[in-house]
Amino acid sequence: MAKVKARVKSPKSVKKGEVFQVKTLISHKMESGRRKNKKTGENIPRMIINSFACNYNGKEVFASDWHPAVSANPYMAFHVRAVDSGTLDFMWKDDSGKEYKKSAKIAVT
Amino acid sequence: MRKLYIASLLIGGMALGSTASQAEDKDWGAYKVGDKLSGYTYATKETRAIQDDDFENPAQIWVDQAEGNWSSVEGEAGKSCESCHNAASDSMKGVATRYPVLNKNKAAMVNVEQQINFCRTSQMKAKAWKWESAELLGMTAFVKLQSRGMPVNVKIDGPVTPYYEKGKAFYYERRGQLDMACKHCHEDNPGKYARANLLSQGQSNGFPTYRLKWQKIGSLHRRFRGCNKNIRAQPFAYGAPEYVNLELYLNSRGQGLPVETPSVRN
Repeated sequence: MAKVKARVKSPKSVKKGEVFQVKTLISHKMESGRRKNKKTGENIPRMIINSFACNYNGKEVFASDWHPAVSANPYMAFHVRAVDSGTLDFMWKDDSGKEYKKSAKIAVT
Repeated sequence: MRKLYIASLLIGGMALGSTASQAEDKDWGAYKVGDKLSGYTYATKETRAIQDDDFENPAQIWVDQAEGNWSSVEGEAGKSCESCHNAASDSMKGVATRYPVLNKNKAAMVNVEQQINFCRTSQMKAKAWKWESAELLGMTAFVKLQSRGMPVNVKIDGPVTPYYEKGKAFYYERRGQLDMACKHCHEDNPGKYARANLLSQGQSNGFPTYRLKWQKIGSLHRRFRGCNKNIRAQPFAYGAPEYVNLELYLNSRGQGLPVETPSVRN
């Protein structure tokens, strides 16, 4: 799929101090760089998302580096402790240097 | 010490063997109708978990995209799907349970994919989407999703009977260098392994499906082509009448199973 689409699911409101789960999914072909073009025999260049990070009100709360064995359309879920109301900013970065962003609002009560 | 190790290996092996029979005893709810078992029941626990959660199900990416396409105007007629059909949640409800149907103009069976493209070319005056394109797969999944949970109920009587008979004949006909018919795997040996692959009953209720092996969503006809290639037979083209007839037979074979689109399979 040419168009990359990110999906994020996080609770709209949580209690202060509570640990909540955030789920993310992004559409990406995650070309590993190990496949060959069947006709020409040339390697298909690697094109994967190599890093993912989540900022909570500007502070990094989760980050990971991804490698060629990660599947296409990668799914990532992780836990965050609620501190203050604000936004969760997600960023995926792929080999071409392109950044895909998505953000979600969260209310802490 | 060594004996103990072997003993524990044996127990480990036994436990592995028994999981298969345990799986059969499990209460599958709607996924089991009579002796019909959805492909869901053959999937691993992890794969089932992906399907159960609409967020985690990667097929939803294509469905989301199609939801946008539903109301986007295309073609010379200046129409979108929505112009004629209004909200998909009402108009498309139950569609997946009765397709493929006979198209009177064409005097042939049409499945959902073909009907979408027929609408695009005749009503919207737009270009038909290519088979296995993200757009066509997404829209098919989106349309079928509206019938999720409803039992498959295709008509096979009246003028449809000859097509049904053709589909059934295809199912039982040996083909390819391995000289096998659909039934040799999916009727005689479901639940057993062919090499490393667990054979299912080959039910069609979850298509288009997100197949982990494909790393994307795929149509029933892609699955047919894969099966045909596996038995070293020449596959038919996407949307070939042979495959649409077979689709009709499969749906009637899985009559009563709930529509699961978009399912997740390994």
